[in-house]
Amino acid sequence: MKEVTRMSALTLARKIKNRELSVEEVTEAQLQVIKEREPIYNSYITITENEAKEQAKAVQRQIDDGEFKNSPLAGVPVAIKDNICTKGVKTTCASKMLADFIPSYNATVTERLRDAGAILIGKVNLDEFAMGGTTKTSYFGPSKNPWNPDYTPGGSSGGSSAAVAAEEAFVSLGSDTGGSIRQPAAYCGLVGFKPTYGTVSRYGLIPLASSLDQIGPLGRNISDCVSVLEAISGYDPKDSTVVKQEKYAYSQALVDDVSNMRIGIPKLYLDEDLNEDIRSCFMGALKTFEDMGAKLEIFDINEIMYSLQAYYVISCAEASSNLSRYDGVRYGHRTADYDSLDELYKNSRGEGFGYEVKRRIMLGAYMISSGNYETYYNKARRIRSAISRAYEKAFDKYDVLLSPESLNTAPLLSSDSSQTHKKHKSEMLNCSVNLAGLPAVSIPCGKDRKGLPIGLQLIGNKFGEKNIIQAAYSFEQTKPYERPKVR
Amino acid sequence: MKRYETVIGLEVHVELSTDSKIFCDCSTRFGEKPNANTCPICMGMPGALPILNKKVVDYAISTGLALNCTIVKNCMFDRKNYFYPDLPKAYQISQLYFPIARQGRVTFNTRDGNKSIGIHELHIEEDAGKLLHDSDKKVTLVDYNRSGVPLIEIVSEPDMRSADEVVAYLDKLSSMLSYMGVSDCKMQEGSMRVDINISVRELGDTRLGSRTEIKNMNSFKAIRRAIEGESKRQIDILIDGGQILDETRRWDDDKNKSIRMRSKEEAQDYRYFPEQDIAPIEIPNEWIHKLHRLLPEFRDEKIIRFQKDYGISEYDARVLTSSKEIADLFEDTSKLYNLPREVSNLLMVEGMRILKDNYLDPEDLRLTPESLSKLIGMIDRGEINRTKAKAVFEEMCLKGVDPEDYMKRYGLEIINDDKKLRLVALKVLEDNPQSVSDYKKGKTKAFGNLVGQTMKAMNGKADPSLVNTILKELI
Repeated sequence: MKEVTRMSALTLARKIKNRELSVEEVTEAQLQVIKEREPIYNSYITITENEAKEQAKAVQRQIDDGEFKNSPLAGVPVAIKDNICTKGVKTTCASKMLADFIPSYNATVTERLRDAGAILIGKVNLDEFAMGGTTKTSYFGPSKNPWNPDYTPGGSSGGSSAAVAAEEAFVSLGSDTGGSIRQPAAYCGLVGFKPTYGTVSRYGLIPLASSLDQIGPLGRNISDCVSVLEAISGYDPKDSTVVKQEKYAYSQALVDDVSNMRIGIPKLYLDEDLNEDIRSCFMGALKTFEDMGAKLEIFDINEIMYSLQAYYVISCAEASSNLSRYDGVRYGHRTADYDSLDELYKNSRGEGFGYEVKRRIMLGAYMISSGNYETYYNKARRIRSAISRAYEKAFDKYDVLLSPESLNTAPLLSSDSSQTHKKHKSEMLNCSVNLAGLPAVSIPCGKDRKGLPIGLQLIGNKFGEKNIIQAAYSFEQTKPYERPKVR
Repeated sequence: MKRYETVIGLEVHVELSTDSKIFCDCSTRFGEKPNANTCPICMGMPGALPILNKKVVDYAISTGLALNCTIVKNCMFDRKNYFYPDLPKAYQISQLYFPIARQGRVTFNTRDGNKSIGIHELHIEEDAGKLLHDSDKKVTLVDYNRSGVPLIEIVSEPDMRSADEVVAYLDKLSSMLSYMGVSDCKMQEGSMRVDINISVRELGDTRLGSRTEIKNMNSFKAIRRAIEGESKRQIDILIDGGQILDETRRWDDDKNKSIRMRSKEEAQDYRYFPEQDIAPIEIPNEWIHKLHRLLPEFRDEKIIRFQKDYGISEYDARVLTSSKEIADLFEDTSKLYNLPREVSNLLMVEGMRILKDNYLDPEDLRLTPESLSKLIGMIDRGEINRTKAKAVFEEMCLKGVDPEDYMKRYGLEIINDDKKLRLVALKVLEDNPQSVSDYKKGKTKAFGNLVGQTMKAMNGKADPSLVNTILKELI
C-alpha cells in the first residue's frame, strides 16, 4: 500500500472516486508511512490519527452517498501548519507558549478543506511563531530535509515541506510572510504557492505580521496546489482583508502554453552572487521558457534593494503587537513563579518564548515606540509603497517575473544560520513579494552538485494567479516531479 | 491680588447602544453573567480577527454631523498597545492618526448667553473588560462581557471656563446623543465617562498653563466638585509661587481632593501604529448625506418650536423635551387629540412624578400616543374626572392599560344619569338641613359642603358641574 502515498493528490482522489481505493485504506496507508518516517523527519507536531480515521469513514460514506462529486480533494490526506487553528486539536505555533493550546474554533481554511472532503492527518512543524527559515527555532525540534536529513527542509513552513516531500502527506498548508512557503518548497523540491494578499482568509491563522501573512499550499505539482488553492480561497465574512471577488477558477489556467507570454527578469537577481549551480539552473529555466515561445526581457527594479530592511521593520513591528496577547492570563504558558501582575507577565513571556521570538518582539516594539515611529516604521511604509509602485510598473510590461527562489540550496542543519549576509540577500527575493502583496510560486528547476533541489520563483501581478499557474504548468511539463530517495 | 481663570477641556467616552459588539456578534447587554457575552474575537484568542460593526460607523458619523464636525472620508484604525488583564489582545483598537470626525463645534445657552465649545475630534474605539477583585480569596477575576463594546470618544478643545459650563456642555452632549439613540449616556452605568483636562492661568493671559488630567469621572456632582477642588489646588500652588506638574490625577470624592496617579514622565508609551486587520473605511458622500437627513430635531430647536406650535410656556417646553421619548409622546398625542395643554400638564406633573417614584427612565413608560390621546379625549368630554384620570394615567404608564377598558372595568366613569343624581342630591339635602339653611343665609361655603357630600355619595364618579346645577335647582 505504500505506493499509494507516492501518487499525486489529484490521481489519488480520482482513484477514490472510481472505487479503486477507499478513503479508509488511503488514510491507513498514510498513517503507516508517517509512523515509519517520523523518527527521521520530524515533520509533525501532532498526528491526528483517531480524528483522521473517523473523518475517513465519514468522507467515504459521503462519497458513497454521491457527495463530493465536484471536489478534487475528497479523501486526500492533508497536513496543516501548526499556526493554523484546528478545532479540538492542539495548535502550538511550535512554541512552549502555546504547547498545550487547543482552539475552540477552526480557521476558515481548515473549515474549507474539511468541506472539500480532505482528511486532516496532522499538524506540521514550523519555526516558533513562523519566525525563521529552518524550523530550528521550533520548541519541538527541527524537521529534516527528505533529500538529506542533515539539511534543513527550510522554513518557516518546514514541516509542511518535509511532510509532502517525505510522502507523509499529499499536500499541505503553509503560511508565507516573507517567503515561508516558497523557500521550504524550493529546499524540498516542491511547488509552493503564495497567493495574492487578500485571496485566502487569515481567520484562524495565528498571525506573525497581519499585513504580510498569507496562507497557501505546498504540493508535489502545480495541479495539486491549484486544487487546494481553489478550495481555500475566496471571500470570508470573518476576514475583512479578503477581497470580495468572483471566485476564480484557477484550474482553468492549467494550460501548457507560454507562447507570447511576456516574462521579465529583474537584473538585480542576475547580478547577485548566485552560486554556480543555481545560476546554471536558472539560466536553463530561462532557456526553457524561451524555447517554449515566451518573450524574455531583463529589466531594472532597484527599489527592491531595500525590501529586506522594510520587511524587518514592518514584520517585527506587527509581530510585537500580535504576540502581546500571550500574557499568561487567559491561555498559554503561565509561569509558576510570580508575586505580582508584572512578574506574571514577565516570567510567563520570558519562559514561554524562544530567543528569536523575543529578539523580534523587542526590535518591533522599539521601532514603533514614540520617537522611532517616523524614523523606522513610517519610512519602511514609504519604501513599501515604492516597491509596490515599481512592481506595478513592471507588470505594465510583463505578465510574469522570474527569479531564483533562493540564492542557495538548503543549508546544513548544523550550520550557524544566525544572520549570515547571504541569507539576508536571499530573503530579499522573497519578502519584496509580500510587501507588494503579490502572488508567487516556487517550482523545482533542478538540483545542485550536492543533490539538493533548486527552486524557480514566478511572480505575478496582483490577482494575476492565472499567469503564474499557466507558466508554472508549462514549465512543469518539461520537468516531471522528482522525488527524494526517502529511507 | 492676581485673578485666575480655569481652562477646561474634556474627553468624553460614550458607550454606543448597538445590540452587538464592535468587532463580533456578541451581545452588548448590561448585567449578564460574567463572560456570558464573549467569543474568540472579544476574548483575543489567537488567530481571531475583528469585523467592524457598520452600525458603529453610522453612529459615529451621525454624532460627528450633530457636532458640526468634518467627517474623515478615509478613516482608519490604530492599535494602542499596553498590558492589562482586562485587555485581552494587549492592545486596544482605536483611532489615532485618522479619527472619523474632526473640527466640530457645539453651542448651548447659559445664563450669560450662548457658549460655543470647539470639538477637536471624535474617534471610535473598543471598551475593555472589567476586573473583579475578591479580597477574601485574594484573587482577581476578569469579566470580558464589556470587552469590545463600542465607544466613541469626543475630545473638546480647552474652551470651558467653569464647572457650570462643563455641566452644560455634558448636558447638551448627552441630550443630543440620546435624541439620536446613539447612547443612553447613563453615567451611573458607565455608559458615559469623562476625563477632565484642567489648567489655570492669570486672567488675560492667552497661553495655556500646565494641565492635569483627572480620569474617569462618572457623576455630574463629582465632576463639579473635582473642577472646583482641582482648580483651587492649582491656584493655591501658583499663589505660593509653585509650579503645576503635567500629570494624571484621580478625584477622590469622599476626601474631596485629587490624588496623583502618574506624572508625564511615567506616562506609558502606547506604541500606536496602524491596525492591519481592518481595511480602511471609505465613507462616500452619499453615506454622509443619508445620515445627515436622518438627524433628529434636537432639544434646543424643539423647545422653540413647541412654544410656537403648541402655545406652551418655555418652562413646559423645557421639561417636556428633557427626553426625546417624552417630547415625542407629547407631540404625537397632541396630533391625535388637539389639547396640548392638557397633555403637557399630565406628562409634566404626573409623568415626571411617576418616573421619579418608580426609578424609571422615559423609555420605560408603557404609554402610547394612541392610549394617551384617548384619555385626553375622555377628560375633555367630561367622561372622567381629573383625580380618577390621574390614577388611570399611572396605570397606563406602568402597566400599559387601555384607558377605556380600564375605566369600564373599574367603574370609574362619571355618572351623568340625571335621575340618579337627583335622588342622591335630595338625600344629601335631607341629611344636611343646617348646611341648606346656612347656604340660604348666603354662606357659599356651605354649598361646597353639599357638593362634597353628594360627590362622596357618588364615589366621586359624578360630574361636578352637573351636581352643582342639580343642587342649586333643588334648593
